Amino acid sequence: MDTRVTKKKLGLKDRYAAMTRGLGWETSYQPMDKVFPYDKYEGIKIHDWDQWQDPFRLTMDAYWKYQGEKEKKLYAVIEAFAQNNGQLGVSDARYINALKLFLQGVTPLEYYAHRGFAHVGRQFTGEGARVAAQMQSIDELRHYQTETHALSHYNKYFNGLHNAHHWFDRVWYLSVPKSFFEDAITGGPFEFLVAVSFSFEYVLTNLLFVPFMSGAAHNGDMSTVTFGFSAQSDESRHMTLGIECIKFLLEQDPANVPIVQKWIDKWFWRGYRLLTLVAMMQDYMLPKRVMSWKEAWEMYAEQNGGALFKDLARYGIREPKGWKDACEGKDHISHQAWNTFYNYSAAAAFHTWVPTDEEMDWLAEKYPTTFNQLYRPRLEHYRTQQQAGKRFYSKTLPMLCNVCQVPMFFTEPGDAATICYRESDWRGNQHHFCSDHCKEIFDDEPEKYVQSWLPVHQIYQGNCFDPGTDPTVEGFDPLAAVLKHYQINVGADNFDFEGSQDQKNFAAWRGDAPRGEQA
Amino acid sequence: MSNVFIAFQHNEESRPLVDAIVADNPTAVVVHSPGLVKIDAPNRLQIRRATIEEQTGRPYDLQQLHVNLVTLSGYIDEDDDQLTLSWTH
Repeated sequence: MDTRVTKKKLGLKDRYAAMTRGLGWETSYQPMDKVFPYDKYEGIKIHDWDQWQDPFRLTMDAYWKYQGEKEKKLYAVIEAFAQNNGQLGVSDARYINALKLFLQGVTPLEYYAHRGFAHVGRQFTGEGARVAAQMQSIDELRHYQTETHALSHYNKYFNGLHNAHHWFDRVWYLSVPKSFFEDAITGGPFEFLVAVSFSFEYVLTNLLFVPFMSGAAHNGDMSTVTFGFSAQSDESRHMTLGIECIKFLLEQDPANVPIVQKWIDKWFWRGYRLLTLVAMMQDYMLPKRVMSWKEAWEMYAEQNGGALFKDLARYGIREPKGWKDACEGKDHISHQAWNTFYNYSAAAAFHTWVPTDEEMDWLAEKYPTTFNQLYRPRLEHYRTQQQAGKRFYSKTLPMLCNVCQVPMFFTEPGDAATICYRESDWRGNQHHFCSDHCKEIFDDEPEKYVQSWLPVHQIYQGNCFDPGTDPTVEGFDPLAAVLKHYQINVGADNFDFEGSQDQKNFAAWRGDAPRGEQA
Repeated sequence: MSNVFIAFQHNEESRPLVDAIVADNPTAVVVHSPGLVKIDAPNRLQIRRATIEEQTGRPYDLQQLHVNLVTLSGYIDEDDDQLTLSWTH
């Protein structure tokens, strides 16, 4: 530890009280409700904001000191990684595709979280909650920046990393994470906290940052593991904010309980659907694996989340409605998602591939009741086709769920051979859903979800072509026009990993024979 | 009975923390995975400043653990001398 720890004159609890209370004020010439219009309109009743305690009791002075130390450590590692050409030491160039998806789909969420917490930090009348939200807002901005800096090194050497921000607002599969956060930040401030601090940060982020980052370490990527753990160390504080927020809401007034329960049901399911991308990254995109999605789900969702919901039962809170279906999905979702991306990778800004025999054996061992039975035959068929020069790319557009925006590839609970479809009629229009839980979310707030920006609908309506594009000309190729609008470099950013520039370059830099030519 | 857990980056700064936790919590189970050390314990786990200081022979401010902390679960009770994670129900 290179920073001297000074002896505090006040104890931790007294210092926290001194630095987080009495910072607010009662307005005089405008009514408080006009200055703080949002912290009552959701129906949540708060009687005593002073009951809000940050369990870590972190104050701004300590926050800057420890965050400063984390930054110094992080940038030392990133710099050493770059100087040492660390990108050549990763297990396999296929691994980089997980980083592409991370930069495209996760990093922009950090920025949304920054905006969301800045907003709620302004809107709460309680000072303790405002201080906690303010620190989290700064943390999230830091994550956005450190992830961008760490991954920019890879952008010098690999395709698919040069345009993440442009893609986040346009590319079809990135509407999944984008819609999650846009839904959250357009809720009220308490819904935002239950969505992001509790359901996402507390119940679900361990699944993203812990096993995946451990996987990054295992694959030789010290740069990523360091930004991942540095971000997750902030998440520990965010998780305490999430659990404190739930406890606080439930203890303030019994009328809050059903409102909070409904949000838990909704946001657990939305977060779970979002993590489909992570399940796939973990099972298919890490050449050297640490644990399967299923094992991570059992450790962090079933055991840890289960402990939490057992504890919250004293307030009358039950586990989320979609809990059982989510637990059943642990055997399926990574395989179903990878299959979809394999088919659509002409239109994605990363590469896909069929796992090697050794990798399929690992998947069979981890998924003893589903992989060989349901998913291996399909992958082996793809490989046969690919080796015969008939690599298949789907050029049609998949139907999307109107709520989670994931293509409708999930299967029925209890029946993994049948795709799950649900629909609702609202004001003369049909809306489609991947599950009972997404349908319930829509039916509860149809006015909100009819506004969803669904990429497939937008493409069909002609809203995803560059200005001046004429779709009526002879020989018009809609996919080519969409990819041009996305600014995806066709032939470099997309298609199979086999034969890609990334594969060839990596082998050349390392002096390896290309795969397939090895003895 | 449910487990609580805490995880740290696997490095030299975390080592005395992990040693102190093992010394103070006989039911704690240490699990290593790449880059990470995770400690599980049934219902309750306590980190005591005094034990860390005995391990290192140097003063320690418990808030320093934020620098190497990765994740945790359970309710937190922290003051200058200890940090406890627990499930109460």
